[in-house]
Amino acid sequence: MSRKSVNFTIKEINSDLAQFRDLNITIGSITRERWEEPMGPTPYPSLTTLRSWDQRLLSRYKPFYMPFCDLCCLCTYGKCDLTGTKKGACGISMPAQQSRTVLIAACIGAATHISHSRDLLNHVIATSGRDCPINVGGTSVEVEAPITRLVCGVKPETLGDLEPVLDYCENQLTQLLAVTHTGQEGNHLDFESKVFHAGMIDHVGMEVADIAQVSALGFPKADPEAPLCDLGLGTVDTKKPVILVIGHNVPPATAIIDHLKETGLFPEVEVTGICCTALDVTRYSPRAKIVGPISWQLRYIRSGVPDVIVIDEQCVRTDTLTEAARIHAPLIATSEKNCLGLPDMTDETVDAIVAGFVSGKVTGALILDPEKVGEVAVATAMAVAPKRKKHSVLPTKHQLGEWAKKCTQCMLCRRACPNDLPIAQAIRLAASGNLSGLDELYDDCLGCGRCESACKQKIPIHSLIVAAADKKTREETYCLRSGRGAIQDLEIRKVGGPIVLGEIPGIVAFVGCANYPKGSREVAEMCMEFARRRYIVCTSGCSAMSAGMYRDEEGKTAYERYSGAFEAGGIVNVGSCVANSHIAGAAIKIASIFAKRPLRGNYEEIADYVYNRVGAVGVAWGAMSQKAASIAAGFWRLGIPVVVGPHGTKYRRMLLGRADKDADWFVYDARTGEKVYGGPVPEHLFFAAETKEEAMVMVAKLTMRPNDTSRGRANKLANYIDLHKRLVGGIPQDVYRLVRTHADIPLTMKDECLLHLSGHDWKESPIPDPTLLPRMVHQKRGD
Amino acid sequence: MPMTDSWQTAEIPGPKKASLIIKPDIADALISRAKRPIMIVGHGIIEYEVEGKPLIDCLIALSRKAKIPVVVSASTNKEFLSRGFEPAAIMSAVEISSRLTDPEWKGLDGKESYDLAIFVGLPYSMQWTILSGLKHFAPGVKTMTFDCVYHPNASWSFPNSTIKDWAANLKGIVENLED
Ligand code: SF4
Ligand code: SF4
Repeated sequence: MSRKSVNFTIKEINSDLAQFRDLNITIGSITRERWEEPMGPTPYPSLTTLRSWDQRLLSRYKPFYMPFCDLCCLCTYGKCDLTGTKKGACGISMPAQQSRTVLIAACIGAATHISHSRDLLNHVIATSGRDCPINVGGTSVEVEAPITRLVCGVKPETLGDLEPVLDYCENQLTQLLAVTHTGQEGNHLDFESKVFHAGMIDHVGMEVADIAQVSALGFPKADPEAPLCDLGLGTVDTKKPVILVIGHNVPPATAIIDHLKETGLFPEVEVTGICCTALDVTRYSPRAKIVGPISWQLRYIRSGVPDVIVIDEQCVRTDTLTEAARIHAPLIATSEKNCLGLPDMTDETVDAIVAGFVSGKVTGALILDPEKVGEVAVATAMAVAPKRKKHSVLPTKHQLGEWAKKCTQCMLCRRACPNDLPIAQAIRLAASGNLSGLDELYDDCLGCGRCESACKQKIPIHSLIVAAADKKTREETYCLRSGRGAIQDLEIRKVGGPIVLGEIPGIVAFVGCANYPKGSREVAEMCMEFARRRYIVCTSGCSAMSAGMYRDEEGKTAYERYSGAFEAGGIVNVGSCVANSHIAGAAIKIASIFAKRPLRGNYEEIADYVYNRVGAVGVAWGAMSQKAASIAAGFWRLGIPVVVGPHGTKYRRMLLGRADKDADWFVYDARTGEKVYGGPVPEHLFFAAETKEEAMVMVAKLTMRPNDTSRGRANKLANYIDLHKRLVGGIPQDVYRLVRTHADIPLTMKDECLLHLSGHDWKESPIPDPTLLPRMVHQKRGD
Repeated sequence: MPMTDSWQTAEIPGPKKASLIIKPDIADALISRAKRPIMIVGHGIIEYEVEGKPLIDCLIALSRKAKIPVVVSASTNKEFLSRGFEPAAIMSAVEISSRLTDPEWKGLDGKESYDLAIFVGLPYSMQWTILSGLKHFAPGVKTMTFDCVYHPNASWSFPNSTIKDWAANLKGIVENLED
């Protein structure tokens, strides 16, 4: 073991033997600290270091709990009924239990990213060495790891430097999980503060993962012109042998590409992917193809197109083995975290494994060596493709009608469907030969398969939907700009001023999973609308795919129409889930590079800056996973609001501000130290919208910040009012709360705004130099 | 299907479940008894009809007759405006509901807290979770749902009904209300 596990710093030693200054010693190696920025107040924060910051936010954004379960069943006293004011056997109250559950979800999410990060880092250290320099954008990116610098107070220079950062994350995560044990924390706000801590730790873990893979695997390095790659079911050349990769941890998929290149077989084989492994494999080779988000798993596998399926970790359907067997496609599992009961064949020869697959004696294997996976997957695809003949389990039109006739209209399918889709109605139509109902369902279907499990007639409903939408699936031929990774320092310098001053109305990041209420298209439409309005739009994960799965009137996708630069009107795909760290990183870099706030171990000040000045909003329209919960929590602690879709209420609580309570919105004016009104912006920290329209209007509102200049506020208000008029009807009822001075009023809307203000006893109020931190008073730096 | 199973099969409620509105009189009595009712309307109402007329017309009639202020979520406002009906507020479901959990909140007009909140037309699971929030944290507010499916977390809900039965019930509620 050469892992660094003990680390200490010596300020100065003068001995007969040698003189040292700022010597940083870790067991196993010696590194010299070369970062001259003085250490801030909170390097490597513990569970309570940032508690007072969290409490400031939580006193403004009080949790609104919506229990998803009224009971607690975590210990053998239980189940305990916590309805209303009842307490559990351990004494826990309902608010504490809900926040405890949120913390458990955030811990699962953070653990997943951090463990992914550790696996990835071990892999790239094994292949590229501990001394491999971190390079996320050459000279364009000097602040290579803004979150790590901010949270941990270290400046990693090599892959090896990232190991102690992950040690810290793992340590904190263990502590956080311990908090959820029976009879530990009992106060809901302390649980919530720990949720924020889990989120922050999660962001560190994600950053480590992405900068490690960008540095070692040659992904685009902060490249606004990262290549466009194919996206959609219709882009797959089904005449070729096809490999499908699913998951998040890319080394097995890159090994497949390497092997195809080495053997010269790349032109003959299709490498296709679903979920974040797909995004990351296109960062490795833009010739790989993305089939679609997580919800495309069943429809693609059942189409019979993939000849071999390679899964790694996270968000992989747990019945993939069964589904793969149905289409006679061998399955290779590659992660210790996802073995699916398969025999471990890591130590067998490639030939033996391939022979097992080809003979059909082996349907799936666990192979924990990415290189071997590469060889096996390619050889197997070549060998089984001619035999399988793209064996599909989707019904023919005739079979579809026969199945539909078996329907008893019991409605169990609809009652199982997360989107409450009118399935029975569509099936009744199909029984009479009309497939239009099923075809329509395709657009809103999440591909979860719950309808099928519910159907007592064993009708393969999802397959019926996909078969009925056959034409649509063939026409899914879109493109996506592969994940560019970090935002360049130069880009930050260019947009920092316009963002803080408000000429650019905001940064809107569409992130997260595909549990959408009404299909992918809504994400694409929202992205294009905000880009048209000159916001900076960022995308990542499944949302980055959805953003590309729509063509405008001129037949262009979002990525063809808009630039990939971090600029007004850009649509910036940063990459996979772990690349979300670059979005948080960009906000942090605005504070540190543009506003020159000290970064090192200086969390509160930077978060205070971002919260009060950087109009960034995250939209996780289809947030589904625990990882989405921890990602959101990391944004909350930085003071960045997150909007989710209607399914997001199942995260059990919102963090909502009360615009009607003036007392909640006081800030310190850094110039005078006086407490002044600075609200009500941003109004919420975590908000579930019912519809796309509600979300868009709220996003426009949530980009407002207390520090907005009048020009900036007028620009933000103009967008808010215009979207409201168009999507909701009329001028918003709260404009009077958001206009501080006459100069805030958008010029083109002057008359209607003045009329509105005249009905609300409105008075001008000063624009503060806002901070929530008393210690920042009189410490204004050159911004 | 059983009348008091959650419409979404897996959304199993806790020990405290909604009472049924099986006759219009029950709802009428509850509405008449309420001192300060409020109605929260989601976008799902657009797709329903009550005996040939859009559901929204029925809700407007109810609001006018029983003087119940209507809070609409963003996407539904235009539908109300186009019928010459001005909602009391445009507010998202989570915003109005979290306000309802605040015993200090004196309502949209700043006068008095609400004691009855009628919900209709939010996506099922969203309404389910929001009603759960009110069940636990708004002891002073009774909740009622007007959807045609059972909402276990409300105080009172229609059972899972055929559209025909539900529409007849709803129509009855509006007609029976005293002007
Ligand atoms: S597979 Fe589609 S139609 Fe079936 S339950 Fe899931 S979302 Fe609904
Ligand atoms: S569950 Fe099956 S039988 Fe029942 S309505 Fe749906 S498709 Fe028909």
